[in-house]
Amino acid sequence: MRALPLVSVIFFALLSFLAFKEYISIVPLRRADRRVLFWAYLSIPIQYAFVADDFYGMFIVFIPVWVFFLLPFRMILTQQTEGFLTSVTAISWGLMIAVFAVSHGAMLMRLPATVNNAAGGRGLVLFMVILNQGNDVAQYVWGKLFGRHKILPLVSPKKTWEGFIGGVLTTTAAAAVLYSFLTPFSLGFALFAGLVIGVTGFIGDVTFSALKRDMKIKDTGSLIPGHGGILDRIDSFSLTAPLFFHIVRYFYY
Amino acid sequence: MAFGSATTLIRQVFYTILVRPILLVLLGFNVRGLEHLQARGPHLIAANHNSHLDALVLMSLFGFADIPKVKLVAARDYWCRTRALTWLSMNIVGIIPIDRKIERGSDPFGPVQKALDDGYTLVIFPEGSRGDPEKRQPLKNGIARIVELNPQVTVTPVFMHGLGKALPRGEGLLVPFVCEINVGEELAWQGDRRLFVASLEQSLEQLEHEIAPKPWT
Repeated sequence: MRALPLVSVIFFALLSFLAFKEYISIVPLRRADRRVLFWAYLSIPIQYAFVADDFYGMFIVFIPVWVFFLLPFRMILTQQTEGFLTSVTAISWGLMIAVFAVSHGAMLMRLPATVNNAAGGRGLVLFMVILNQGNDVAQYVWGKLFGRHKILPLVSPKKTWEGFIGGVLTTTAAAAVLYSFLTPFSLGFALFAGLVIGVTGFIGDVTFSALKRDMKIKDTGSLIPGHGGILDRIDSFSLTAPLFFHIVRYFYY
Repeated sequence: MAFGSATTLIRQVFYTILVRPILLVLLGFNVRGLEHLQARGPHLIAANHNSHLDALVLMSLFGFADIPKVKLVAARDYWCRTRALTWLSMNIVGIIPIDRKIERGSDPFGPVQKALDDGYTLVIFPEGSRGDPEKRQPLKNGIARIVELNPQVTVTPVFMHGLGKALPRGEGLLVPFVCEINVGEELAWQGDRRLFVASLEQSLEQLEHEIAPKPWT
């Protein structure tokens, strides 16, 4: 395998590891789940081995089929039925978000170059990351400037309709500027992709706000001062990546 | 202090190039009040104790230049089981071994007193042992005795959470969890042992409260 894709696979695997670690450090689990969590961690190198091998069939079923089946079984072996449902659902959701979803970033990176897109998967990752992170900023700025009507006040009190709509429009416009450099898209599809990234970014953001609110914490960590932890950085990305990947894969590969 | 010797250099390299990067990736620290943690003259750092990792994590918080000034007060019966382990513990990990079983006429804190006289900053776990993971145990009196004899020595309280989940007592398998650390303001001797232990206890409780740790359900 070429060296560059392997570096990117390792990078995303590390991202999954850090995100999953942060996640299990804030959700309520039982002491009996320690050994189960060890196996959950082991799913990370396996999932990314399928990515590195370009083994799409296993990449797409490993977590939702195999781990989904084996993890509860490993938990049953501890013979602690009290709190079983809470633990098994909490760990499964964490693996879907931190491992399955994030690994789509690595899989996106591996999409080959095409006739009208010499950048290949790298261009698509750059396109998605720029728009995804830009969307966060745009929603914040629009909300600060024109925010009046709260959108989900009990989940994320600072988010407004004005911020959401302004952000999505900005992201869609940015997609129309970037697409010809980074993607094989037509203008129409680029606008659609921008819209999807803007909306899913918002949904990812508020999903993690709900999680943090439930866990009664402000930030998930302190990786970068003022920016919280890894989960705070990749909250919107982790929900956007699988959707963007499958849309692109369906229409262009 | 043993500055500049070969083993000191190995100890500095051990912590800054080996232990710290591994712990940062494997566990990751969330540190509050790091500015309170300093290696300065004779000084005590009192931390709660949940895991063998506690000592390594605390040492990792010190910079390359400060590591030679810091030693760990640790149980001789555990850290000095064989000659090779004793050498490693004394020179690389950097422990001051103390006897947990006190015999008549012996002075268990003799080595601690000597280290303070030599100007070391000492990390001490006043709970005495790791106990049940992530449950604070009542503090032992030993730390108050040390401070009573050295009233100029201040004590910096440190509360840690997460290491008892990652590697609790009786478990050999490390499972990564983020480590939360909260360093408090230093406490001075107040003229009474019980008063001092109580104020240290209260300080640790406050630091724990600020972190609001997530215990096992």
